[in-house]
Amino acid sequence: MEIGKLTITGIQEALRARRVSARELAQEALRTAREENPKTNAYLLLAEERALRAAEAVDAALGRGQDPGPLAGVPVAVKDNIVTRGVRTTCGSRLLENFVPPYDATAVERLERAGAVVLGKTNCDEFAMGSSNENSAFGPVRNPAAPDRVPGGSSGGSAAAVAQGTAVAALGSDTGGSIRQPASFCGVVGLSPTYGRVSRYGLVAFASSLDRIGPLARNVRDAAAVLQAMAGRDERDSTSAFAPVPDYQAAMTGEARGLRVGVPLEYFEGLTQDTAAQMEKARALLASLGCELREISLPHTSYAIPCYYIVCTAEASSNLARYDGVRYTWRAPQAETLAEMYSLTRGQGFGAECKRRIMLGTYVLSAGYYDAYYLKAQKVRTLITRDFLAAFEQVDVIATPVSPFPAFRLGEKLDDPLQMYLSDIFTITASLAGLPGLSVPCGRTAEGLPVGLQLIGPHFGEPVLFRLGDAFERAGGASL
Amino acid sequence: MSTAAPRLATPEELELYEPVIGLEVHVQLGTRTKIFCGCPNEFGAAPNTNVCPVCLGMPGALPVLNRAAVELGIRAALALHCEVRRRSVFARKNYFYPDLPKGYQISQYDQPLAEHGWVEIQTPAGPKRIGVHRLHLEDDAGKSSHEGYRDSDRFSYVDLNRTGSPLAEIVSEPDLRSPDEAYEYLTELKLAMQFAGVSNCDMEKGNLRCDANVSVRRRGAAEFGTKVEIKNLNSFRFLRQALYFEIARQVALVESGGRVVQETRLYDPNLDETFSMRSKEEAHDYRYFPEPDLLPLEVGEAWLESIRSSMPAMPAELRRRFVSDYGLREYDAQVLTASRELADYFEGVVHACGDARAAANWVTGDLAALLNAQSLDIALCPVPPERLGELITLVQKGELTGKLAKEILPKMFESREGARAIMEREGLRALSDTGELERIIDQVIAANPKQLEQYRGGKTSVMQFFVGQVMKATRGQANPAAVSELLRRKL
Ligand SMILES: [Zn+2]
Repeated sequence: MEIGKLTITGIQEALRARRVSARELAQEALRTAREENPKTNAYLLLAEERALRAAEAVDAALGRGQDPGPLAGVPVAVKDNIVTRGVRTTCGSRLLENFVPPYDATAVERLERAGAVVLGKTNCDEFAMGSSNENSAFGPVRNPAAPDRVPGGSSGGSAAAVAQGTAVAALGSDTGGSIRQPASFCGVVGLSPTYGRVSRYGLVAFASSLDRIGPLARNVRDAAAVLQAMAGRDERDSTSAFAPVPDYQAAMTGEARGLRVGVPLEYFEGLTQDTAAQMEKARALLASLGCELREISLPHTSYAIPCYYIVCTAEASSNLARYDGVRYTWRAPQAETLAEMYSLTRGQGFGAECKRRIMLGTYVLSAGYYDAYYLKAQKVRTLITRDFLAAFEQVDVIATPVSPFPAFRLGEKLDDPLQMYLSDIFTITASLAGLPGLSVPCGRTAEGLPVGLQLIGPHFGEPVLFRLGDAFERAGGASL
Repeated sequence: MSTAAPRLATPEELELYEPVIGLEVHVQLGTRTKIFCGCPNEFGAAPNTNVCPVCLGMPGALPVLNRAAVELGIRAALALHCEVRRRSVFARKNYFYPDLPKGYQISQYDQPLAEHGWVEIQTPAGPKRIGVHRLHLEDDAGKSSHEGYRDSDRFSYVDLNRTGSPLAEIVSEPDLRSPDEAYEYLTELKLAMQFAGVSNCDMEKGNLRCDANVSVRRRGAAEFGTKVEIKNLNSFRFLRQALYFEIARQVALVESGGRVVQETRLYDPNLDETFSMRSKEEAHDYRYFPEPDLLPLEVGEAWLESIRSSMPAMPAELRRRFVSDYGLREYDAQVLTASRELADYFEGVVHACGDARAAANWVTGDLAALLNAQSLDIALCPVPPERLGELITLVQKGELTGKLAKEILPKMFESREGARAIMEREGLRALSDTGELERIIDQVIAANPKQLEQYRGGKTSVMQFFVGQVMKATRGQANPAAVSELLRRKL
């Protein structure tokens, strides 16, 4: 039994045929994670007790002849910005070094109700701000495919955990590409669902109007199964959608004939040669599946980066205000006055990237600047969304690269935030428009670095993304 | 800080200068639970016990709007004759303070719940409408205590029970022209909130809080002077005192060639003066932006109409009705609309006895005195309105004299019995039987020959003596007019 080779369907069959118990699976997953973790630093914490308790509950249900749920016994890793009751949740920040939440995120609650076994919490960029996982207060994560390279970010730990075979699936969060980009860097599948599809209750907010929880897995089918278990309206999140949750497995028919796939010109500029080459192969494979490729234009794409960094920093500056040393956070011990408590706690507690974004966000919301920045960015956001809505009148899916380049070396872009921000240039547009985006592996570069193909769908278009992604995967997309 | 003793602006100064005042009033809505979570919205629990991840601002927690808070907000808006917007938007008001756990308040900014209302106040020159600029919903902060603990020199204590209590902020237009008008406005507003069932408006519990914007200008000037915000006006008395002080301060400043600077001042009731808290430059930049965790608030026509149709009559309307329909004096109408409970009680009595003036006399007279003596609120009155109505009816029918009724009411108050039960137990009733009364009168005359002689000798004032004796003999059960009449015949 090798965790890295298991699929969700495989686990369900094995459990029900009593070839393995959930407890054995959990123990094996925990053992592998413990063994592998020094190589990647993917996990910040292994929740052994919680995992075994959940596994035993699955075994007990099976023993009673009850249905233990569609994710029964599936070892899942959870990004450390998603709260877990009684299990430390740090968000990769020194400020929350000792924060033990008294409640579970809705997504976690629903996964466990479906029988999943939460193994532990995965490393991430501090408060999900970053594209390389180097902004974690608890050290960077190494890419299992190339240990001297970053796994991408901010859900780097979740992507690495799945890629190194210690978890069958993982939860990440995606604000501007934080699931899709690390999935592509590590060679796994990652989905940023439609905004509102999965409850944000319990996801520590970075940019509330953009943040989403989504799955990472080794294949599209598993990603769909994880989404199935956690999607749907949640009374505790006012922005969660009432839209009914379709049967995702049924959508994956294995064929993609006749699907109209839009290829936006703007997304094929500035790619590294390797990435461009993989994209060429992906286009050919899509055509061979019977998809109708259409060149389209999304004219406001070039405004996406400034627009995104205004919206997300503005919201972040407000969302991060609560880490002030008064309650659950770390507090600077030298502080003598209230002003010192704030400035020392936040000054020493936050890493450079968080501080940069807090300052940017504070600035763009300031009196006299609001209209020029925040309001204008909101208007641009509407234009970007309209670009997509117009495109989806002609096509069913839009296909783009996930990132202009594959995984880069640790430290390579650390001193150049603008270069770092470019990693997300192709993912933030769907984020701004609230659209779902699926990252599927699309072969490797000559150096063996994974490349990802992004499939963007209309709002609540997850079924078509799964259908095309699954067909692409079955046709050998991952080994192009 | 000012060192001069507080003083009032002189009448001469006020002839030259006109104060311009606007009030910002925070009303705590009387919902069962808080505005964005399910914690109890109550006063007086042990510190930090009515809290949950949402109102503690814990990472990952999200607000969910309480429908009941919106409903009370709409009731408040309707009570103030506001237009309720079909769509309003919550916004974050960002600032740091230890009792503000999220680091922002969820409020409403450019799209408030309601706008364009008014409150009618009475002024010496007649009724005057004060504009209500806007009414918006927001969550309350917690409470910081900087004093009273052993280690208060180094630490402050924070209680977050109040965090997330629903508030309606009501901003008036700068239509008020004197501290008395401000006082009247706040009084009317409080009454309207109580009548509409929005809030108890208990200032001691912080249900009602008030800030004021004050400026002065030369009479006749078209433009307003520079305004100063005064905070912490947490009683009606403080509001009036602080305004008097601040107006005098501004007038004196301008008269001596100085200029008022825009700032926020705090009223100190101990010194009876205001002092500068922060200047315009130090003012917060709240960096408002639309709250991304909440959808815009849509108020449907049907909901609005159902709330509108459940609104009770407002005090001003009731007063008009009491005067025109019941023939009450303005003063009594004013007294009887001091609270919704009192007005309801009064109407209950009128309903039971059909005599509004008698009802008004009893409610504002003997009943009020009894309630006062025991510091009881009308809501806790042991005599229900139907029973007071019955008592009044008994007097109307002549079964009781007014004097007897006045003796019976305190007994009803004590024993919680009806008037008839007490009459029967104590044998109290009006002596309407002329035969029996005549017998008693004869006895009284026979027992007082000396006075009879005086009367017959022309000293008619002795009549009062005989009436008194008869009343005493009948233990007040006789009708004094009938006694006089009979005596006159017999003497
Ligand atoms: Zn609460």
